[in-house]
Amino acid sequence: MSNKLAGPQLNRRNFLKASAALGGGLIVSLGSVPTAALAATELAPNAFIRIDRRGLVTLVMPQVEMGQGIYTAQAMLIAEELDVSLEEVKIEHAPVNEALYGHPMLGRQMTGGSTSIRAFWTPLRAAGATARTLLMQAAAKEWNVDVASCRTEQGFVVNPDGRTRRAYGELVDMAASLPIPAAESVKLKQPSEFTLLGTSAKRLDTRRKTNGSLKYGIDASPPGTKIAAIAISPVLGGKPKSVNEPAALAVKGVRQVVITDDSVAVVADHTGAAKKGLEAAAIEWEDGPNGTMSQADILRQLAEQSQQAGGVARSEGDVTAALQNAAVRIDAVYQLPFLSHTAMEPMNCTVHVREDACELWVGTQNLSGAKQATTAVTGLPPETIIINNHIVGGGFGRRLEADGIAHAVKIAKQVKGPVKVIWSREEDIQHGYYRPYYYDRISGGIDTEGNPIAWSHRVSGSSIFARIAPAAMQNGVDPDGVEGAAHPPYKLPAIHVEFKQVEPQGVLTSWWRGVGPSHNIFVVESFIDELAAAAKSDPVDYRKRLLTENPRALAVLELVADKAGWGEVLPKRHGRGVAVQFAFGTYLAMVADVSVADDGTVRVTRIVTAVDCGLTVNPDTIAAQMEGGALYGLTAALYGAITFRDGRVEQSNFDTYLPLRIEEAPHVETHIVRSAEAPGGIGEASTSAVFPAVTNAILAATGKRVRTLPINPEELKA
Amino acid sequence: MAFTLQINGQPHSVDVDGDTPLLWVIRDVLDMTGTKFGCGQALCGACTVHVDGVATRSCVTPIDSLAESQITTIEALETLAHGKALQDAWIELDVPQCGYCQSGQLMSAAALLSDNEKPTDEDIDSAMSGNVCRCGTYQRIRAAIKLASA
Repeated sequence: MSNKLAGPQLNRRNFLKASAALGGGLIVSLGSVPTAALAATELAPNAFIRIDRRGLVTLVMPQVEMGQGIYTAQAMLIAEELDVSLEEVKIEHAPVNEALYGHPMLGRQMTGGSTSIRAFWTPLRAAGATARTLLMQAAAKEWNVDVASCRTEQGFVVNPDGRTRRAYGELVDMAASLPIPAAESVKLKQPSEFTLLGTSAKRLDTRRKTNGSLKYGIDASPPGTKIAAIAISPVLGGKPKSVNEPAALAVKGVRQVVITDDSVAVVADHTGAAKKGLEAAAIEWEDGPNGTMSQADILRQLAEQSQQAGGVARSEGDVTAALQNAAVRIDAVYQLPFLSHTAMEPMNCTVHVREDACELWVGTQNLSGAKQATTAVTGLPPETIIINNHIVGGGFGRRLEADGIAHAVKIAKQVKGPVKVIWSREEDIQHGYYRPYYYDRISGGIDTEGNPIAWSHRVSGSSIFARIAPAAMQNGVDPDGVEGAAHPPYKLPAIHVEFKQVEPQGVLTSWWRGVGPSHNIFVVESFIDELAAAAKSDPVDYRKRLLTENPRALAVLELVADKAGWGEVLPKRHGRGVAVQFAFGTYLAMVADVSVADDGTVRVTRIVTAVDCGLTVNPDTIAAQMEGGALYGLTAALYGAITFRDGRVEQSNFDTYLPLRIEEAPHVETHIVRSAEAPGGIGEASTSAVFPAVTNAILAATGKRVRTLPINPEELKA
Repeated sequence: MAFTLQINGQPHSVDVDGDTPLLWVIRDVLDMTGTKFGCGQALCGACTVHVDGVATRSCVTPIDSLAESQITTIEALETLAHGKALQDAWIELDVPQCGYCQSGQLMSAAALLSDNEKPTDEDIDSAMSGNVCRCGTYQRIRAAIKLASA
């Protein structure tokens, strides 16, 4: 209900009228209002907090919950400083409003890159502390005492006499009449004073995820909603050639066939009829120029163009001379495939286009992009676009793109009333924005003592920044394309890193969990292992030698080696591999144990991680992200590959794009380093580390170096 | 043609083609959205319900095969023998991440425990193998099933 009221078109008078009609339960954006008194019924000192007279505390979450635990973590940031019990707060999604809820690091209103805690660590704590300060000032005024002599206790302000208390709800009217204290006058807690942050508080959304009551975007059903099954041109840039509309309309429950520039949708009373109608429509497509493209063309282009110089991301020392002088030189090519996200909740979006407004029900990581896409397709003024965001049934980067929303709005423009556009799993896998195929050329040299004296790495592949934010490109370098490559944690006296943009024809690319590091950490941590082997050094010892000037990285490595029992003798065709990284503001070391069967089948039996992500918000969430992130990466390492033939994706469902299943899942053990450093990100860290930890373990088990992903059992036979 | 389905102990009459998968009747016609769509091919288990106590993929189960059957969905998990214990264990161990697959996971787990009150790791693997979780919550699912069966 609330989001319909929010928005800049609502002036204050209308706003108060509207809120009165709702019985004081205001749910709005609050930015331009100068005092805490939006309405006399509640205290709303900033966009993140509302407290009503009954004492109900509502926290508005700027970041989107997609499994990473951010609703609980960000609520904890506010609750710690506001001094309220986490069990009693109510959580809401932020409406679209970049000015109020824009991401302090990314600018726009989006969730990604393991940045939510890093970006909101201070703003949300400050929001909580500001509200608490106001409540204390209100109580002090009433009691006529010095505010400094008051304290708070879980939703109450306590009088200096130690006995008299006022519940926050009782102070709302008074507090709302006070001027909002200047930011510099609001004191935040020292970490030593934290009572909630750093504890494994229970997640706030779990119960609703165990009884079916939580509504995802796909569950939205505004009155009168019809369902549309969609078929998008199987070749990028293709269009519908023929559609058997009468056959589709003859299916019971089918109401309408909608044809757009690149898709056909069948609108029906329920998905079963819509899918049946889509099949009956027997669509034929005009492929267009991408219809002849195949995987081999993409690989040939990468192999060729990766031999040309790219933009220089970093260059220190004389790498050419050092390579010539090296006692041992290694030249390698690493290749990583296109990857699909395959979130469990297939792409979907419910849209109601009216003459003068458009309303959406969707789960998106990118509210800014969703609004932009809707505005572009409808031509409506941005302020008339209403987006009801939902908890996301898996994002992994896929829901940063607004293509699914644009497709849905195009269809909805031709439908009277709300329509829910649902992609089949096949559409989801075959119309992705894929993690780019990367083709990396890397050379390194060691001296007679085994020390690395030269490191030269050229990343070649599609650039996501060049498409979405060309201004971020510097000298032809995509900063994401080299993240994790340009600054390995090791002491490397001569290093040269380049990025060569190579765009594949007929393929869309975008962010995938772990972004740049999930590709680069594989290459860097594999290659440092290659140098260790060339130096006849133990992989952990070798890394330790190179980390003497990087104490946090060294500490996680030592911890993981200890916890994993590094150095133990393992049975034949069993192996243990290690990886170390600094990415997303977090230090991580991982050890993977694998066994490789005689037929080449790889089984990962255990993963141990040691993580230093600075100050922790919720240790159990960190462990959960270590577990889930590792399995997400492991799935891709073992099975993930999207390939093309005749412009079409060859995979279609979970039988050809395999997910990891419970019997294949290793136990993941997490060890968190106590740290007073600034918080780092944890949603993607173990995803990027697991690729090399596993392939390094395969080397230990079989003597075979995996340089191309996914892991190919054919090459690992005994 | 109209069909009457027994869902969570209540009769529901629906007028759709007989080959319509149960999933869409539950979700779209009856607006019980706890049961999820994941793949449409019985490959992921997100749509798992119980048909006469047996874990069943509703996305490939036509409703004309269900005339005499008792259907149970996640909304009535609590009424099953181990339903509450499983929900409590899921909460205790904070199993879900995105949560989208968890209705199906819980329905499969409930069917497992009704057949086998003390499942081993191998029993769990075999009963839960058809339920995909892309967030990677498998080790907590395993631990929660054991906790619920303790």
